[in-house]
Formats: sequence, structure tokens, C-alpha cells
Amino acid sequence: MTQVTVKHLWKEFGTQVVLENVNLHIGDHEFVTIVGASGCGKTTFLKMLLGVEVPSRGEFLIDGERLSSEPGSDRGIVFQRYSLFPHLTVLENLLLGLELRSAPLLGRLFGARRRRALEKALPLLEAVGLHSAADKYPAQLSGGMQQRLSIAQSVICEPKILLLDEPFGALDPGITADMHALILQLWNTHKMTIFMVTHDLKESFLLGTRLLVFDKVRLDPQAPEAFGATITFNIPLKGRRRSS
Amino acid sequence: MLSILPFVLVVSTYLFYSHARLIDNPGDKLLPAPATIAAAIHRLAFEEDERSGEYLWWTDTGASLQRLGIALAISAVIGLSMGLAIGVLPYLRAAIAPFVAALSLIPPLAILPILFIVVGLGEVAKITLIVIGVAPVIVRDLAMRAAELPNEQIIKAQTLGASTWQLVLRVVLPQLWPRLIDALRLCLGSAWLFLIAAEAIASTEGLGYRIFLVRRYLAMDVILPYVAWITLLAFSMDWVLKVLRAKLFAWADSN
Repeated sequence: MTQVTVKHLWKEFGTQVVLENVNLHIGDHEFVTIVGASGCGKTTFLKMLLGVEVPSRGEFLIDGERLSSEPGSDRGIVFQRYSLFPHLTVLENLLLGLELRSAPLLGRLFGARRRRALEKALPLLEAVGLHSAADKYPAQLSGGMQQRLSIAQSVICEPKILLLDEPFGALDPGITADMHALILQLWNTHKMTIFMVTHDLKESFLLGTRLLVFDKVRLDPQAPEAFGATITFNIPLKGRRRSS
Repeated sequence: MLSILPFVLVVSTYLFYSHARLIDNPGDKLLPAPATIAAAIHRLAFEEDERSGEYLWWTDTGASLQRLGIALAISAVIGLSMGLAIGVLPYLRAAIAPFVAALSLIPPLAILPILFIVVGLGEVAKITLIVIGVAPVIVRDLAMRAAELPNEQIIKAQTLGASTWQLVLRVVLPQLWPRLIDALRLCLGSAWLFLIAAEAIASTEGLGYRIFLVRRYLAMDVILPYVAWITLLAFSMDWVLKVLRAKLFAWADSN
């Protein structure tokens, strides 16, 4: 059970207010999609949830506890690009999370422990359709395959929350349908909470159980930076996905 | 095949002018005939030296390569460890990166006298000179490469549970290895320069020493093959490093 609560959250960079007074409660196993115009704080919101930006005021609570101010293994992330390790093969990329967790000193597993990690990794590799590419390097994969690997890489660590920052934005439209099916399947199997920033409104309705719209409520034409964005619409999409 | 053409052109030009000068004056030493050069090579490489009883060509080569090898190994260790530390730890970067930058701008040959005074005329001075000339460049290069890694990668590793130590060991260091080889390849030229300079000034054997020694007798028949031999050695080292990089770090080429 993962509950995410946001209380009176503000974010300012100097005099520029990016987010103002964001309040939110997200229940367990939700798929939250976030849309909004460019520069209205969607990504900043995600970065604070990730732990690479610190709120100016207010707080994030996960299951009643304050969010740690560094990225950690309870929150996974998939960026649009660059989140794979180019020097590791597909399989090694997938194993990395398990190895880091169980081998603090060397960050590598050997023998029986490695076999146990493989037993966990191989079915997931199969599930994301990369079984035949296990020994390839990321640079040899297509964009869609890279994103599937990046998602699997996060999912294998069983994070409570998975953050997706426009993960399908750079992909061919033909591939996105497959990616949507994949992410929904993983979301249902692993029962995590997903926050996904997207530019694609259709995608946000299709995938989400809850849609958040970030926008500026007030605008001062003399000082456009004086007011920040907040959540203007918080639309529950009536659990269509959960029943299916 | 086209790439051989310039070499052929240079060699034939040499042969032409050498021949012309030797017709003019059979005692000319400036552009010796191929037979004279071959005789010199034979004398140095395959006959014992009358005084020392050594095969000078190979003694010189061994001495020079040993100095170069030790100096490059030390530079690589310094370059990798300091470059990694500066690249990964922002505090260290703020503290010593400007110092390293300043250090790398000191002309190493200008402090060669200091080295001779402080550590004497032996091997240490020559190796230190090369290290001083090469290591700061490698440190700066690797620090920049480490800092260049996409932030997304670092954050991703942290969300996979990586500690700073694991981040260095599994993410940053493995990606620096091919960069280290690149940096070494680029430094080979200056390393040879410092080696020959140091040998020319104070030495009793070595490729640079020999060239500068026989210069007094205008012995172009020794200098020319030595220069060609040094070039061949430098070229082979570069080639070996290139092959090593392709073999060991296949992933780095597919980017």
C-alpha cells in the first residue's frame, strides 16, 4: 500500500515562482498522468518527487513519511533518453539494480547469487521482449527497445513509485501502442504507483487512472514570473484500467 | 594503395638528391647512400660495440622503451585516480582543479634543470620529466570526461540503489577506461618529445642520447635510421593501444 500526499507545496527559483500551493492525495496503485503547457512545472514536480530538486515550502509524504532528499531505490525513474548504461549489455543493465542492492562492496554478484538474480531477471527480459538481445549493447538497440529496457531496469528493483518523464516522447508513433500495453501490464503485475509526465493528451486519458493538469491560475502581464502553476484539474478516470 | 604514394615520393626524392650529391662529392655525409645506412644499421644492431661489447641499437631501444613505459604507466595511474576523483567529487574539483590546470601549463622542459638538481641525473629525473609533462593532461581530460557523463545516468543509478562508491565502481570507472586509452594515445607524441629531450641532455644510453651523440660526427647514416625507428616504435605503440581499445571496449565504438 503506497499513499502519496503533497501538502502546500511551493517551488521557487530566485524570484521566479514555478509551482504554488500544490495539494494532492494519491491512493495505492494509481496510474497518474500529468499534462500541462511547457514550462508550467510538470518536470519540476517530478524532479522533486524523485529527490533531485528540493521544495521551497511544503512537503511530499510517502506513507506518512517525509520524502528523502536524495534519489533512492523506493522511486524508479525512466527518462526520455540517456538512462541506460552504455558499457553494459542488455542483461547486465537489467541485473545492475539487483547487484547494487545485494553486493554493497563490489556491486557484482557471482555464482549462486548471480544465478538467483538471473532467475528473476530473465522472465522480465522475456516480458519486455528483449530476450534475443540480451548480449547487445544499448547503442545497438532501437529507441523503443532502449525504453523497454530502461523500464524493466527500474521495475526489477520493485520501487513503490515509478516516475516516467515523457518516456515515449521520442519514439515512433507505431511503437507507442506496444509500449502502452507493456507499461499497463507491468503496472498491473507489480502493483506500483506510476506518475507519468506526457505531452500527449490522448495517451494521458488512455493510460491514467487519474489525470492531473498543471496550469497557471493567475497571470500578471507585467511580471509573468510572479505567479506559479498549480494543479487546475484533478480528474479521476474512474478506474477503467483497474477493472480491465 | 593511394596512401603508400606519399611515402614512395619522399623516399625517391631522397634517393635522387643523395645520388646527385654523392656524384659531386663521394665523401658527402649529409645524405648518405642506402648502402651506407644499411651498413650503419648492421654495425649498430648486429655487431657488438668494440668498447662496451653491447649491441647499441637494442640497448638504446630497451633503455628508452623502459623509461617511456614506466613513465606512461605512472601517468596513467595518476591520471585515472585523480581524474576520477576530481570528476566525481565536486568539492575536490573546486579545490584542486585550478591547481592541476595551472600545473599542466608549466612547460616541463623549463623545470628539467630543477629536476636534475633535485633528483640527480639518473633515471628518476627522466621519468619524472615525462610524468610531469603527461600526467596533468590526462588528469584534466579524464576529469572532464567523468563530469560529462549524462546526469540522467547518475540519477538512474541512484534510483537503482547505488552508493557513491558503487557509482564510481560500476558506472563511472568502466566508462573512463577507453577514455584513458584515448588520452594515452594523444600523449604519446609529447611523451617521446620529453624522453628524447631528457636523454639528449643527460644520459649514457637511449635512442635520444645516441642521436645527439653522433650528431658531432655528422653521422647522418645513424641519425636517419634512428629517427625512422623511433617513428616506427611510436606508431606501433599507438596501433597497439588502438587495437586494445577496440578489443576490450567494443561498446565504446558502437556509440
